[in-house]
Amino acid sequence: MTTPRFWREIEQRYRGIGVQCEICDRVYFPPREICPHCRRESFGKMNERELSGKGKVLTYTEVHDPHPDFKMLTPYIMAIIEMEEDVRVTGQIVDIDYEKVETGMEVKATMRRLGEESPEGIIYYGYKFTPIKEIKE
Amino acid sequence: MRDVAIIGIGETQIGELWDKSLRELGIEAGLKAIRDAGVSGEEVDMLYVGNMSAGKLINQEHVAPMIADYAGLDDVPAVRIESGGASGGMALAEGYISVASGLDDIVVVGGAEKMTDVNDEEAKKILSSTADQEWETVCGATFDSLHAMMARYHMNKYGTTKEQLAEVIVKNHSNASKNPNAQYPREIPKNFVMNAPMVSDPLGMFDCAPLSDGGAAVVLCPAEYVDSYKGEPVKILGAGHGADHIALHDRREIGSMKATRIAAEKAFEHSKISPKDIDLAEVHDNYSISEIVAIEDLGFFKKGEGGQATEDGRTALNSEVSINTSGGLKAKGQPVGAVGINQAIEATIQLRGDAGDRQVEDARYGLTHNVGGTGASAVVHIFERWSE
Repeated sequence: MTTPRFWREIEQRYRGIGVQCEICDRVYFPPREICPHCRRESFGKMNERELSGKGKVLTYTEVHDPHPDFKMLTPYIMAIIEMEEDVRVTGQIVDIDYEKVETGMEVKATMRRLGEESPEGIIYYGYKFTPIKEIKE
Repeated sequence: MRDVAIIGIGETQIGELWDKSLRELGIEAGLKAIRDAGVSGEEVDMLYVGNMSAGKLINQEHVAPMIADYAGLDDVPAVRIESGGASGGMALAEGYISVASGLDDIVVVGGAEKMTDVNDEEAKKILSSTADQEWETVCGATFDSLHAMMARYHMNKYGTTKEQLAEVIVKNHSNASKNPNAQYPREIPKNFVMNAPMVSDPLGMFDCAPLSDGGAAVVLCPAEYVDSYKGEPVKILGAGHGADHIALHDRREIGSMKATRIAAEKAFEHSKISPKDIDLAEVHDNYSISEIVAIEDLGFFKKGEGGQATEDGRTALNSEVSINTSGGLKAKGQPVGAVGINQAIEATIQLRGDAGDRQVEDARYGLTHNVGGTGASAVVHIFERWSE
């Protein structure tokens, strides 16, 4: 991903800024200009909404054949998280062994290094998820 | 709207074809189809080419005019259709619409993909780019892992097992063993599938379709003109498109594809038949889980029962509904942009009665189902055996 492409979405990636439709109250992340539910009525009525960062695991996997940018982390855990605001986000789960991850587990977003443009290029940061409850060894 | 028939088919071998370029694949398939139909180059009104990612895979855009040019059809208008993995099927729908509408008479619809000019890692990255690049893959998601999460969800919600996923693969390889055009024309035992190296849990290496080179083409003409050509016709009875959010996480149901359900609903309505009438279906089995989700969403089995139905042999050759008689994407191969055309070719071979050892007995209705990305686009076609 190029630097400007990443930079444009820093607000969302660093602070979890989504939007809420003024008409139906649905929350979206990443932000959308138009609510897929209210359509043209919602144009100009999508207000900024910061997510709490907390959610539950909806489904997950352990990746053994990685995206080339994440080779160093292999194997790593990917999940779809159902956030408190009833919006879903794809991200990695870290600081836990794969065997201990389960559907419905509570997690929170945390800022982590996602990648870099090139070995000497800028570093990309973004959200990953960690378990909320301490995991017993 | 006019009735439309497929009167010619042609496809290349599917596989790692080091000695063939994209244009050669397109031309070989196109010429075979034109010869099979018995049409001449001057009669071709239009060419549609399904292709997912020539820009990234071979650094060549504008591939449709290039293929037309080298096929000696430099005066035939040619357009590339892209819809991720559904590119071929979407191209077929465009060709169907242009003949049905009366705008064109003879239309060639091709599909081609050259995936092995880049290394496997790069090819997988390109395939993953049909998902949401900014909100899925940037976080580390691969195409495999998105389907793995679909599988996990389906297993949790409906009790589908890894063994049932393996049954899909065993069946499709068994069908491919009877298909000389398949990339992997051999049977594989279930324990082989179950114990394969993990790609993205629960999907192992054999749960994933290969990335292949290949080209495929069909010739379409108005049903009223079929007697003017030597190619044995098969009728296109109906078509339907479906759509959904680009990212998997934005879909309310992870274990079902709305795009497939809508496309199927429209195609069945258009064709005036129902799922129980279908004798054979080529469904988009890019992963084992995809076939299970597809046979439910297409209406062959109830939601959640696809795994059990597969295990019970209800999708085997000459059972209740013969699914992926060609071997599917898994074993016939996955030249992405050509897949939708490869499927239409299998339906045509079956409905002509030319499928040899894998022939579905007394086949009258066939269906093809082609998916883009993790389900953001889908297209379904229904075909009928020709009757005077």
